[in-house]
Amino acid sequence: MPQPLDSVKGFAVTFRQLFKKPITQQYPEYKRPVYPRFRGRHKLHRHENGLEKCVGCSLCAAACPADCIRVVAEENTPDNRVSPGERYARIYEINMSRCIFCGYCELACPFDAITLGNEYEISEYSRDDLIYTKDMLLADPIKRVPVADPDLYDTPIPYYKEHS
Amino acid sequence: MTEPWWISLIKAAVIVNLVMVAFAYTTWLERKLLGRMQNRYGPNRAGPFGLLQPFADLIKLVRKESFFPVAARDRLYIAAPIISMFAALAAFAVIPFGAGWQIWHYHVNGEIANVSIALILIFALGSLGVYGAIIGGWASESKYSLLGAMRTCAQLVSYEVSLALSVLGVVLMGQSLNLVDIVNKQGATIWFFIPQLAGMLVFFFAVIAETSRPPFDLPEADTELVAGYHTEYGGMRWGLFQTAEYVNMITLSALAVTLFFAGWHGPYAPLGPIWFLLKVFVLVSIFIWVRASVPRLRYDQLMRFGWKVLLPVATINAVITALLVVWI
Repeated sequence: MPQPLDSVKGFAVTFRQLFKKPITQQYPEYKRPVYPRFRGRHKLHRHENGLEKCVGCSLCAAACPADCIRVVAEENTPDNRVSPGERYARIYEINMSRCIFCGYCELACPFDAITLGNEYEISEYSRDDLIYTKDMLLADPIKRVPVADPDLYDTPIPYYKEHS
Repeated sequence: MTEPWWISLIKAAVIVNLVMVAFAYTTWLERKLLGRMQNRYGPNRAGPFGLLQPFADLIKLVRKESFFPVAARDRLYIAAPIISMFAALAAFAVIPFGAGWQIWHYHVNGEIANVSIALILIFALGSLGVYGAIIGGWASESKYSLLGAMRTCAQLVSYEVSLALSVLGVVLMGQSLNLVDIVNKQGATIWFFIPQLAGMLVFFFAVIAETSRPPFDLPEADTELVAGYHTEYGGMRWGLFQTAEYVNMITLSALAVTLFFAGWHGPYAPLGPIWFLLKVFVLVSIFIWVRASVPRLRYDQLMRFGWKVLLPVATINAVITALLVVWI
């Protein structure tokens, strides 16, 4: 049985929405804080004495399913000591256009030398710019993404949840 | 009551441009209203409240490469959107905007052309507009376009019957096919949507189908088909089809206002065109509201609704009106 009144009810529903505040989050102005464990741009770390944690073992490259990490190791010498171990990474490159942000490199690393940060605004105009070198990965990323307090990470409560 | 030809020319230029601006802001209004009805903002990046969005869209469309399918019939392929656009715009020539004014020592009529069979002219132009869809679909030389064009003209032809029949009651009551006479008659007696409620409803549904807007947007059906008859069109040629559709909506809204809501008549006569625009605005908003509220029909439902509901209602309405007009 067709129920014509029901479709009229639908009109009332759409009309009511007109006077409600949209729930859209205006992205570039408002950046929704990410969860603290969010996996974003990589970072290479140093020891407190300034030496690099990475010893060039290439385990991250082996673990990488997207095959986007390239490590070329070299021996440390007494007058050029870069890492505390025997060897260091002379070249450490991550191709960010291939990276899938799975975090396996982080898991594979025996020295916690590489971690995934919270930055996700890493688009570039050219693919070449997306190959991150060791210098870029060692430097602190430009802070662009807010990280939330763990307990209020899901900030604005959608309107429909507030009023139901 | 006659006016020099150059006044008509100026009026035509003014009205064509007005209609184009109205079209541009109808798209804006539609996106804005749809957005708000779905708890979104709608366009709000280009200019304040997204008011420059139509111009951004226009610039984008014009700058796009006007590509051309290899197999397409070149002249017809180019002509099709122009036909659609022409038919949509030309109908505005006979719609009265106001009572007419005395400017300096010239008399300016409230419409571009006072045609004695204006209503038939509008429906003739509407049927001409269907050719835009058919030719466009056929000339693109693509089976999807062709099938889309078939769907389109089946729908448009079906609903044109109801559309024409639904205004028969108004013609009988106004005792004229001249839109100016019909408007004046309504100003003198009663707005025709009261005695012609059934006719108005049929007209309203048929207009939605004629302009192929949701829930009757089977010709395009964005979520189901690629695009129907304008699958192979891009850039401003596609833009012209889209423009024609929106201008058609505005034209038919204006026609509805003229036929059922007394055109430019309102509480304060010198504000004629303002009343007219206000009524058209309300009608266009209702079309957008319908789009936001009702899901798309299936094709067989569409055909059934057109032939088994609208057509009989329109016919009965016309017959009863005729009997009443004769006997009362």
